Amino acid sequence: MKLYDVVIIGAGVVGTSIARELSRYKLDIALLEKEEEPAFGVSKSNSGIIHPGTQNPAGSIKGRLCVQGNLLVRKISKELNVDFKEVGELIIAFNQEETRELLQLKKEAEALGVSGLKIVDKIWLRENEPNLNIEAVAALYAPTAGIISPYRMVYSLAENAVRNGVEIFTEAEVENIIHTKPEFEIITPRSLFKARYVINCAGLFADDISKMLGIDGFKIKPRKGEEFILDKKKENLARHLIFPLPSKTSKGVLIIKTADGNPMIGPTAEEVEDKEDLSTSEAGLDKVLVSARRLIPSINDKDIIAYFAGLRPVSGHDFIIRHEDKAPAFINVAGIQSPGLTASPAIALLVCNIIRKNGLTLKKKFIFHAHCKKTMQLFAVPFSKTKKLIKKDASYGDIVCRCEMVSAKEIRDAVKLGARTMDGIKFRTRAQAGRCHGSFCTTRIMKILAEERKLPLMVITKRGKGSEIVKEDRFHLRGGTGSTL
Amino acid sequence: MAVDVENGKVIKVTGNECPKGEKYAMSEVENPARILTSVILGQGLELKMIPVRTDKPMPKSRIFEAMNEIKKIKVQKPLSAGDVIIKNFLGLDVNLISTRKAEWTRNFQQEP
Amino acid sequence: MVTRELVIVGGGPAGMAAAVSAHENGIKDILLIERDQYLGGILNQCIHTGFGLSYFKEILTGPEYAGRFINKVKDMPGIEVSLKSIAVKLTKDRIVTFLKPGKIETVKAKAVIMATGCREKTREMVHISGTRPAGIFSAGLAQKLINIEGLLPGKEVVVVGSGDIGLIMARRFVLEGAKVKAIVEIQKETRGLLRNMAQCVEDFDIPVYFSHKISRIYGKDRVEKVSVIRVDDNFNEVFGSLFEITCDTILMAVGLIPENELIEAAGVRIEENKTSAPGIFVCGNSFKVYDIVDSVTEDSINTGKLAANFLRQNE
Repeated sequence: MKLYDVVIIGAGVVGTSIARELSRYKLDIALLEKEEEPAFGVSKSNSGIIHPGTQNPAGSIKGRLCVQGNLLVRKISKELNVDFKEVGELIIAFNQEETRELLQLKKEAEALGVSGLKIVDKIWLRENEPNLNIEAVAALYAPTAGIISPYRMVYSLAENAVRNGVEIFTEAEVENIIHTKPEFEIITPRSLFKARYVINCAGLFADDISKMLGIDGFKIKPRKGEEFILDKKKENLARHLIFPLPSKTSKGVLIIKTADGNPMIGPTAEEVEDKEDLSTSEAGLDKVLVSARRLIPSINDKDIIAYFAGLRPVSGHDFIIRHEDKAPAFINVAGIQSPGLTASPAIALLVCNIIRKNGLTLKKKFIFHAHCKKTMQLFAVPFSKTKKLIKKDASYGDIVCRCEMVSAKEIRDAVKLGARTMDGIKFRTRAQAGRCHGSFCTTRIMKILAEERKLPLMVITKRGKGSEIVKEDRFHLRGGTGSTL
Repeated sequence: MAVDVENGKVIKVTGNECPKGEKYAMSEVENPARILTSVILGQGLELKMIPVRTDKPMPKSRIFEAMNEIKKIKVQKPLSAGDVIIKNFLGLDVNLISTRKAEWTRNFQQEP
Repeated sequence: MVTRELVIVGGGPAGMAAAVSAHENGIKDILLIERDQYLGGILNQCIHTGFGLSYFKEILTGPEYAGRFINKVKDMPGIEVSLKSIAVKLTKDRIVTFLKPGKIETVKAKAVIMATGCREKTREMVHISGTRPAGIFSAGLAQKLINIEGLLPGKEVVVVGSGDIGLIMARRFVLEGAKVKAIVEIQKETRGLLRNMAQCVEDFDIPVYFSHKISRIYGKDRVEKVSVIRVDDNFNEVFGSLFEITCDTILMAVGLIPENELIEAAGVRIEENKTSAPGIFVCGNSFKVYDIVDSVTEDSINTGKLAANFLRQNE
């Protein structure tokens, strides 16, 4: 059995960032993911915000890594050909006292190294954010905030890591880890993995993984966030990311511009017991609408076209990123809630340092393929480009998803790049994410998936085993003598 | 419409607006019948499923038996709308007919 | 750029009737654009009877009704059909861009008829608390899966909405061997035809709950159950009336929306069958959601005439 230098547990944004970073070095690396595809855990519910670094406690790891990450993300997104847009962020104050809080936030952020901050007044707001509540008196403007597609980021990181030699195993839930010092034996349903170092990026289940090695000093307490997506027609509802003043536990209900164009409002912040509770509620919707309307009064619940919930893997007030001396060669990367996405490149660098300090020699490869080819998306290009693409490959003209203008070629390419499920296709291509939510394109996508993966239609799932789309196929039912005509 | 029934048989129908109504009311009580529509499997044809119907109403009581038979049928030659697929379906004076044209699939040609 | 006299977007019953009508009224250069690989539109998957009573004076199934118009279109040399073609842009001055395998075409039309039908209200548009498992289908998608692909979406179904589409799909599921546990309708009575209540619901003893709605959806990967609650005259939940139904499938039959995105994106306003842009017309379900296809046919025949008149006036 192969002895890996490093096994990373969890293929979310943290795990794939670390995998890619480590793949610069001459190491054998395995990335294990319990779901059917990367990003199907915490990362898929991410809001996609690249934070400037405001609203982090002074001296916190997450604050430092957030500011660092904000800079690094720009370079990485360019290399990976994932769109990053710097849209800026506004934290809104409605009265004098709140304005004083803004000044405090500004001071704290500047101490962390956030640049370009300024307090803007009513006149600026009226001109630059016309739909904002006119009762807003001032705002803290952070120009370095941006937006990115969180799952496209994960897919590109994963793809690039694989290109540089990382092996990714999905449907590989870690059931137990045995520390047969100096190595680890990692038991998953399909196989056993042996590793010299283990990096725990298991999100909601990081405490469970850590416990397997007897390190149980922290507990992941899931905090649910419900989010509501608005019609793309309302794309220009806000020009910046809009935040209220933060509370003790959360950044509050935001007006979010997503990388795909649809505005999003939310999230709520509610402690829950169940690590798999992704339900939304009436109360959540009401709360979000009330808070969102305080910022942008014209928001209408009729504009809501989709909704979902995510769980933040909360553990205390800061990131837990450390080598566990009691379990040598085991590194915990846990409690990575917001600003985890922003911080992820910086987390990766930090983890590399930690692993180097703890005995793993990091020898740089001669060749590291830093770049990812741009994933072609028909809806994002002008018709002149579409013409060229269709000339190159006729199936760019074969439109499968009408609402988001996604071609058969893009869907087949997504499968070749690792999409195995209907949700995987949706996150990679946006097919099924438009107005009709798959009413038109579902059958065609199922057929393409079945064809490309050489599987029967009955086996195609929404997001992994247990979520099969259909229960029976007449084609397989025939049985008996029957009449053939 | 209102129907007077005795021992499972209709003795009087009132309230119908046309003669067809009387016939329908009687059949609904004594021998309810329905046109059955469904789909059957095609092979080598341009359609995977071919829509079919009974050309006349058939007894409601035998519908699930009909469905079991329908699920076993496989058609391997081109059809026009109206073509009889099964004559005297279930031994009744009813035919199962195609409601849509289906030619050979364009992927390959089959000898009939 | 190629110029055509009349471009019709949509080859379902509306588009076909409009094309035939325009042809019969003297227009001999018609391009009919259809996104599927066949003409017929939604009728191809409506395999049940009940069509044509008014227009053909016969009781036909959807495919049979469509077949009548497909044959008419085939017999008219002035109608060119482009299949697998999706219109992606329409401008105020009648420039239509569409994509098909191997081609992107831009056509200048002297007149345009939009006959793009409608789409369904989905679960996402109606906030229902709970999870997002597999097993939730719009009625039209379920119909397509069963009737076109021969796939059974589920075995234990709860139908939301008692309009004709919901009732017909309830029957469809039962015939295919599934169990329909309930039809849940928020109004006090069905909006569907009484004939469908008889032949789809009563025939199969399906329980119908009027003045009820789905309160919550349960299930992590696949639907496991729903909770249902009664509502009062103001559609507010009646406390204490909650109960659960185990199921693996939820069928959403909660309404249709005219598909007018291209017209809206062009900045054009719909004014009956005409629009605020001269030479652009709308007919069928994309103009107004009709209950029976015969009405769609009448509407579209009329619109074909309007377009023909417009073309003659602007020669």
